[in-house]
Amino acid sequence: MSAAGTVVTVAALTLREATRRRVLLALVVLTVLLLALSGWGFSRLAAEGLTSGEARLTASVVLNLVMFGFSLIAALGTAFLAGPTLAGETESGIALAVLARPVQRWAFLLGKLTGLVAFGAGFVVIAGLAELLVVQATVGYWPPDPAVALGLLAAQTVVLLTLTVLLSTAISPMASGVVAVGLFCTTWVAGVVGGIGAGLGNDAVERVGTVSRVLLPTDGLWRGAMHAFQDPSALVQFGGGAEAGAFPFLSQTALSPAYLGWAAVWVLMVGGLAALAFSRRDL
Amino acid sequence: MTAAGPAGATALLADLPPGPAVWCSGLRKRYGTQQAVSDVSLEVGRGEVVGLLGPNGAGKTSVIKMLLGLVRPDAGEVLLLGTDARRPSSRTRVGYLPELFRYQPWLTPAEVLTLHVRLSGLDVSAQRQRECLALVGLADRAGDRLGGFSKGMQQRLGLAVALVADPELVVLDEPTSALDPLGRVDVRDIVLALRERGVAVLLNSHLIGEVERVCDRVVILDRGRVAAAGTLAELLGQREVKLHLTDLPAGAAERLAAAGPVEREGEWFTVALPAEDAGTAVPDLVGDLVALGVRVHAVEPVRISLEERLLGILREGQEARR
Repeated sequence: MSAAGTVVTVAALTLREATRRRVLLALVVLTVLLLALSGWGFSRLAAEGLTSGEARLTASVVLNLVMFGFSLIAALGTAFLAGPTLAGETESGIALAVLARPVQRWAFLLGKLTGLVAFGAGFVVIAGLAELLVVQATVGYWPPDPAVALGLLAAQTVVLLTLTVLLSTAISPMASGVVAVGLFCTTWVAGVVGGIGAGLGNDAVERVGTVSRVLLPTDGLWRGAMHAFQDPSALVQFGGGAEAGAFPFLSQTALSPAYLGWAAVWVLMVGGLAALAFSRRDL
Repeated sequence: MTAAGPAGATALLADLPPGPAVWCSGLRKRYGTQQAVSDVSLEVGRGEVVGLLGPNGAGKTSVIKMLLGLVRPDAGEVLLLGTDARRPSSRTRVGYLPELFRYQPWLTPAEVLTLHVRLSGLDVSAQRQRECLALVGLADRAGDRLGGFSKGMQQRLGLAVALVADPELVVLDEPTSALDPLGRVDVRDIVLALRERGVAVLLNSHLIGEVERVCDRVVILDRGRVAAAGTLAELLGQREVKLHLTDLPAGAAERLAAAGPVEREGEWFTVALPAEDAGTAVPDLVGDLVALGVRVHAVEPVRISLEERLLGILREGQEARR
């Protein structure tokens, strides 16, 4: 079979697995719950009689908080789906019959990743868009750059999935999910610590965030997404200055094209490493 | 030069007989400190059924996985259906039932077959896929999820997966390990039908009787090496004949010894006959003994089973290592 055909077939199989294993159903239920809760919360905010500036700040912060919830659900869902679908199939023997077919291993792996990305990125984009509509309907707030923001959320999911796929080629299904989600959370915390360092003017502490964002670009992309979700005046409303950077649900700067380029290189590098490891692996 | 240019060369190549279904040479594989496979070479001809025998840990499954590109050999070469096995396309016409048979539990048998047909890149009709499921007795369960299938039913599905994409070579690794006696008979019939259709089969099985019934040739592996290989006639070739003799004159013992190694228990003599016998050794021996004046009371052929032969080969190997 051609490599492109293998990628499409395996991606479709992975999406079918996500649907049949009720991962999709679980995500839909969680999303509806989160949308309903945030809709109720935002409608309460609208009833508080805030000034327009306060309303924009509050909407920005709460929107970023809810979006973080979605990105966490996507991270947990996809990381724990990627482990079983790759490492689990290798461990259980399902991969034996499939890989004895005329397929390239890298194409099989790319198919798995494509299916997972379509699922994870599709989820954050659809759920995120639904949340934006809820916010628009309740408090009348519409973010300055919604397409970029949702795109960066999807990119964050791609980064995390690529990492999980690499881990799945080397360690057990459960361990790969745990390590990937653990690293995702650690990088987020390191980003917050870096923000506090910036707020305090401490370069060494600030560097913690910078280094972690280079090693695993999930937090950097998340901060870029937050910046595109929040109102430009929100930082000024929050108090302005570097101190605002210490707050985890507001982002001080937009994402630079160079960082976006690095994230793309990172995905290619880690994905390539995963393909190499998987093609050399004895099954 | 007689052939006319490239067209002639193409015609010449087309006339060449196809390469064997499996050819491998000098396969080696080490896992950590354990040398699993040492210098294994074997061949499965087109349309031939070859049995792979050996004790646990002999390296049978490792050899099979190296043939199919699932395990990377440390050394050695493999050709599948005449193509370098490092190229995935060499497996287009290969069907495989793994020893560890598991299929996607969220799919139905019909969907598993469709998936494998798609991955093989071949065009196999839905009718043919249904026939395959019917052949292994799963026609009634084609639309049920595999999650609730027993091991035996999953192994039957594995057999259908191995057969669905019109293979020219089928590799069956312990194909009856989870099957009941009826299922074993079904597998035997399927292998015999494959041989009739000219499909080569490499069969790894612990059930020696099964191998003896269906295989043209046998390769015996022991501790990662080929301990013996050959047709059943060659491997079981050491036929024996047991004679009840009295009144042996001088010269009778020499005549018996000339036929082969002799063991004596009272009036019973067991003679191991040579493998390359055109069927004349026993009547010639009996005729000569009678001519010498020996009274021949009984002549009994002694059949060596493949199991006895296998055990003999493995014991010889053990003794040689001591």
